[in-house]
Amino acid sequence: MRLNRFREKAMQGVFFLTAVTSIAAVVIICIFLFYNGVPAMAEIGFFDFVGGQKWAPTNVPASYGIFDMIIASIYVTAGAIIIGVPIGILTAVFLARFCPAPLYKVLKPATELLAGIPSIVYGFFGLMVVVPFIRDTFGGFGSSWLAASIVLGVMILPTIIGVSESAIRAVPESYYEGALALGATKERSVFKTILPASKSGVLAGVVLGIGRALGETMAVVLIAGNQVQIPHSVTDGLRTLTANIVLEMGYSTGLHRQALIATGVVLFVFVLLITLSMQAIKSRSEKRG
Amino acid sequence: MDKFTIENMNLYYGKFHALKDVNIRMKKNRITAFIGPSGCGKSTLLKSLNRMNDLVEGCKITGDIRLDNEDIYGDMDVNILRKRVGMVFQKANPFPMSIYDNIAFGPRTHGIKNKCELDQIVEESLRDAAIWDELKDRLKKSALGLSGGQQQRLCIARALAVKPEVLLMDEATSALDPISTGKIEELCLKLKNDYTIVMVTHNMQQALRISDETAFFLLGEMVECNSTDAIFSNPQDKRTEEYITGRFG
Amino acid sequence: MANSDNIKNDAALVDVSQIKAINKVSFKQRMKAYKRKPLSLVLLILVGLAAAISAAALIFIIVYVLVRGVPNLTPELFSLEYNSDNVSCMPSIINTIILTLVTLVISVPFGVGAAIYLAEYAKRGNKLVKVIRTMAETLAGIPSIVYGLFGMLFFVYALNWGYSLLAGAFTLAIMVLPTIMRTTEEALLTVPDSYREGSYGLGSGKLRTIMRIILPSAMPGILAGIILAVGRIVGETAALIYTYGSATGYAAGPFNSGRSLAVHMYVLTNEGLHTDQAWGTAVVLLVLVFAINTLSAFVAKKLGNNKR
Repeated sequence: MRLNRFREKAMQGVFFLTAVTSIAAVVIICIFLFYNGVPAMAEIGFFDFVGGQKWAPTNVPASYGIFDMIIASIYVTAGAIIIGVPIGILTAVFLARFCPAPLYKVLKPATELLAGIPSIVYGFFGLMVVVPFIRDTFGGFGSSWLAASIVLGVMILPTIIGVSESAIRAVPESYYEGALALGATKERSVFKTILPASKSGVLAGVVLGIGRALGETMAVVLIAGNQVQIPHSVTDGLRTLTANIVLEMGYSTGLHRQALIATGVVLFVFVLLITLSMQAIKSRSEKRG
Repeated sequence: MDKFTIENMNLYYGKFHALKDVNIRMKKNRITAFIGPSGCGKSTLLKSLNRMNDLVEGCKITGDIRLDNEDIYGDMDVNILRKRVGMVFQKANPFPMSIYDNIAFGPRTHGIKNKCELDQIVEESLRDAAIWDELKDRLKKSALGLSGGQQQRLCIARALAVKPEVLLMDEATSALDPISTGKIEELCLKLKNDYTIVMVTHNMQQALRISDETAFFLLGEMVECNSTDAIFSNPQDKRTEEYITGRFG
Repeated sequence: MANSDNIKNDAALVDVSQIKAINKVSFKQRMKAYKRKPLSLVLLILVGLAAAISAAALIFIIVYVLVRGVPNLTPELFSLEYNSDNVSCMPSIINTIILTLVTLVISVPFGVGAAIYLAEYAKRGNKLVKVIRTMAETLAGIPSIVYGLFGMLFFVYALNWGYSLLAGAFTLAIMVLPTIMRTTEEALLTVPDSYREGSYGLGSGKLRTIMRIILPSAMPGILAGIILAVGRIVGETAALIYTYGSATGYAAGPFNSGRSLAVHMYVLTNEGLHTDQAWGTAVVLLVLVFAINTLSAFVAKKLGNNKR
């Protein structure tokens, strides 16, 4: 009997320990990134690092400014949002409210399949198809802000579609019926009552999409051109924070390597902010619902 | 004068024969009540009058339903039909927006954009629904913050705002307390001067209190339809009598 | 009584499919309504168009990869030994399989254990549980390149494992932990409480109830989550380049470097010398990931059937 009780307690302890692993993981990740990245920021000077526009780690003296890359990450994410969000939300509306049942059975798994394609395949496809297309159509090198935005826009589609669709489906049917009974068309009822009522869920999907786009690496590094600059047109190339890490980590040493880790810290902070705002949206919508 | 005429109407949900050979007329500026046990088809019939049954998959209707002698399942635009035949639901369903926007939703749907005109319609509708005094200071507040009774009267006001001819009420008071129910009944009596009201109710006393005509439904059949006084004092059909007396005594 | 008999007979007498319903909205009627409300028609078209674009994007990518890749699925691409002429993806396939297994061995016990704690032991509204959930969500949001950086700093350098199978597997194990936790917890929560009560009623302890009753009935859901995690592992690149490394051969031991299939494809793409083979590798990768996802959906569906 006593042995049994001991076993119960012991296993409960084991389960508890596994549960706190995720806390430990986040803490260790934070510690290691900041421990390795922050000294570099201090050495370079925080404002020279974040605000500097010259990235020349192999020059003598070297300069480590990542401002252009921060802007590039924001530009690429914005481009992906402009392309992915309208298509994603409208597709979610179609799936939730307009799609005939037989078509849904095909279309829904298709959007999930889109999420399963590895980012390296997206990148390769972008490099072989999207980049030449842009080069031939708009001129320039092809590897560009536009190419990255298009490919990332498609990559975040499944996230936005999935989250938005379930948000739209969670809206009470009575709103829809109420609008119809007033003589509104089906489309008006959906767009004026259901969609506004699902806005916090849809917003959560968009934020999740932003997080994905901001953190995407392998696709971007192949198709964005990777020039450290603030692009003047959509056909100019740019280098994101993520691309910077992948491109140079292989051969970097000393302060250069630490500067790359600090680049990762900046990215990490961006993502944390997004996760936090995501949770704020969620708790707000839970409070209201 | 007849507002609605229904002839030889049958309705099927899939294989289920929900309404059988229904013939009934509803008079203008009168309150007609549909009574009967749950599942007798009274709500189904009500929803056929503004074609809300179209939303139900596998719902099939045959027969002839006319509004002012116009076939509502013929060439009439369903959105116009629903503008002419407003509906109040069992559970109050205000939209998650401000009180003002709730009322203005219908008029805006039908193309009214002028702010002054909208203001006027909102006030009129709320007054007609006898809730203006309660709400006039909080028009910009969310409608979801109102009490159940207020929400339901708001929904009536919302229905009135598109200037319908008929008002369908699907057990509109069944979720409300007696005081709110009393207010809405009073309101119905006032509204029948301008509107034709068709209501479904579980509550026979309610039918007795406010309706002019009553139709009794059982298992998808319209058993009896007559003036309310006649139905309750002198039912012609044995089943009607059983239902009424069973409920009262 | 007579009446209810009538109803039953009725359904048999009338052939419902023969009824000519009046509540059908014809195309012409619909168009007439849209003529009055052109904006609604525009919205309808936009919504349909968006869905078409989403579907077209998927079809285009897949068909294009297949058309370009399938002709390149030559025997040389699968030869056992890698050299810079055949750029065989066989070693990387084997490496991927081993990497996947090791990652799962590390992450599944932690993920499932954590989910058991959250679903079965933790009390509602517990502060710590809230923190755990927040942290799991935070983990889920971290980009894979940041995982790669962390794995490099911690496993490769701090623990001095070098670019190795273990460094890669541990990094990915943390990465897929939230996926396994979430899907397992969802699966556990779908097990009806009556199962628990029934087991306690027979005098079983909590642990026995969990191990013998709850885990088995939640198994399809847990499996579906694990398979989903496998999909992520197979498709992952950024977290592996600086942890597992990109050595070309078979990773023989836990401290050997190797390249997974996705990393292999990245290297091929980057070198730009073996584009045809890269197309072929893309096909292999796509087929693998899709097979895994389909398997996951199939297993999850089994759970749905069990529930009924």
